[in-house]
Amino acid sequence: MLELKNICYEIEDDNDNKEILKNINLTIDEHFVAITGPNGGGKSTLAKMIAGIIRPTSGQILLDGEDITELNITERAKKGISYAFQQPVHFKGLTVKDLISIAAGKTMNVNDVCGILSEVGLCARDYIDREINGSLSGGELKRIEIAMILARGTRLSIFDEPEAGIDLWSFSSLIHVFEKMRDEIHGTILIISHQEKILKIADKIIVIAAGEIEKAGSKEEILPSLMYTAASCKSLTDKMANENQL
Amino acid sequence: MDLIQKNLLLQIAELHDIPEGAYNIRANGESVGRNTTANIDIVKKEDKDGIDIIIKPGTVNESVHIPVLLSQSGMQETVYNDFYIGEGAEVTIVAGCGIHNCGVDTSKHDGIHTFYLGRNAKVRYIERHYGEGDGNGENVMNPETIVHLEEGAVLEMETTQIKGIDSTNRITRGDLAAGAVLEVHEKIMTHGKQFARTDFSVDLNGDGSSANVVSRSVARDESRQEFYSNINGNCACTGHSECDAIIMDKAVVSASPQLTAGNIDASLIHEAAIGKIAGEQLIKLMTLGLTEAEAEEQIINGFLK
Ligand SMILES: Nc1ncnc2c1ncn2[C@@H]1O[C@H](COP(=O)(O)OP(=O)(O)OP(=O)(O)O)[C@@H](O)[C@H]1O
Ligand SMILES: [Mg+2]
Repeated sequence: MLELKNICYEIEDDNDNKEILKNINLTIDEHFVAITGPNGGGKSTLAKMIAGIIRPTSGQILLDGEDITELNITERAKKGISYAFQQPVHFKGLTVKDLISIAAGKTMNVNDVCGILSEVGLCARDYIDREINGSLSGGELKRIEIAMILARGTRLSIFDEPEAGIDLWSFSSLIHVFEKMRDEIHGTILIISHQEKILKIADKIIVIAAGEIEKAGSKEEILPSLMYTAASCKSLTDKMANENQL
Repeated sequence: MDLIQKNLLLQIAELHDIPEGAYNIRANGESVGRNTTANIDIVKKEDKDGIDIIIKPGTVNESVHIPVLLSQSGMQETVYNDFYIGEGAEVTIVAGCGIHNCGVDTSKHDGIHTFYLGRNAKVRYIERHYGEGDGNGENVMNPETIVHLEEGAVLEMETTQIKGIDSTNRITRGDLAAGAVLEVHEKIMTHGKQFARTDFSVDLNGDGSSANVVSRSVARDESRQEFYSNINGNCACTGHSECDAIIMDKAVVSASPQLTAGNIDASLIHEAAIGKIAGEQLIKLMTLGLTEAEAEEQIINGFLK
């Protein structure tokens, strides 16, 4: 279970204090939780805060009752928090196999890596020795980012817009990956997404806008309102409109 | 060979024992083992220290190992090795020098290697430099590699210096005839107060010749590195050099690339990048459970792989 208590995050911007997160209170004990909301609302900021990449200006973060607010990135990773970045990082020289092995915390043989890569729809033999750099396509990098989280198999997995850059055809198999994770793991999956298909398989949906939790609840409660409040969720409805046209 | 020498051999040539094929093992200034084959002859020079390696035209799938080991502190030497590669030969040459210095005196090996590649000869040349020792004596190596490539010859050169060399001045000179190809990959890591200087200069003299020089380096602590490269395109040719350095701690790295095109059809490119390890790379690896120091090691190992 993850609890955020009175989380605030301010940054100094030209001597002006900008509040990016405003007093967030949140308890996540469901298996599968989706966070959505307009661009710039503060979703990635919240994810980075849970992973320890940024520290709150005030407030507390608890994982299964333990206060982890003061723990650094490595310590939180070791406690079982994983974070798939919105923008995957490039590495010169490190290969797909290297990163999957680091993520798994052990040396992986070709078969182990193959198994994980095929889950995210990559044909392992073509990718295993590729460098994680700009020569991989955006969608390939996203899939490898997801594969690293699968390799870790921790109790809290955060995915930041995993569907971005993934083609529609692969997207449905990706949904199966998340459904499978939801059904198999005992921990929690937290997905930041603008996709209705992902929101639909969530146990709980949280809408973050302008640094605040606008609403939170079951998909039955939240989804209908999202479809009509165009103002707060313009990007979501835009994306859906695009999808419907396809 | 004693255990220290065997370990040096493992570090520079990945050899556990005597290699197969042609070889000459030089330890503390003397040849401690030599083997020639029907196609590869190794002859000691009469006028100065060193050997001639003569490879018959058409020799294929053979290798030559010429490791140099220095385990006597204070040992200093200058060695001249000349390689004559016959037309159409395809061979792998593994050179390298390992110094074990547990004394207080400077150990120094200056190796001057000259390659004459006949028409269409293909050589893969691997050179590793390694130093160790618990004394205060310095390990110094100044390798000089001079390559002459005749028409259609191809030389791939991989040089590595990862540990233990306090001071090095690495000079590479080359001239290429029509259609010849020179490919150089250099990997360097310096730490402590070490100094490494590399200096490439290549003349592309024949139409269709090409040179590609890629240097990747990591400078840690208070070490210093200098990178000079000079590609002269005197004909219709292509030249590319790339210097990519990671800088850490209080190290200093400078890169001075130079390109000279003396022909309208010469196409020359240089890329240079010096910078610290990207913060987001460290963060990514830390979210996978590595400490900052472990993440640094992984990034550097990958970079120099
Ligand atoms: N270091 C920073 N400096 C200035 N502004 C920042 C910084 N970090 C975040 N912000 C601002 O905070 C707000 C929230 O950013 P965040 O990346 O969390 O949004 P998001 O909800 O993930 O958006 P998106 O859907 O586009 O990914 C944005 O307005 C962003 O510009
Ligand atoms: Mg975001």
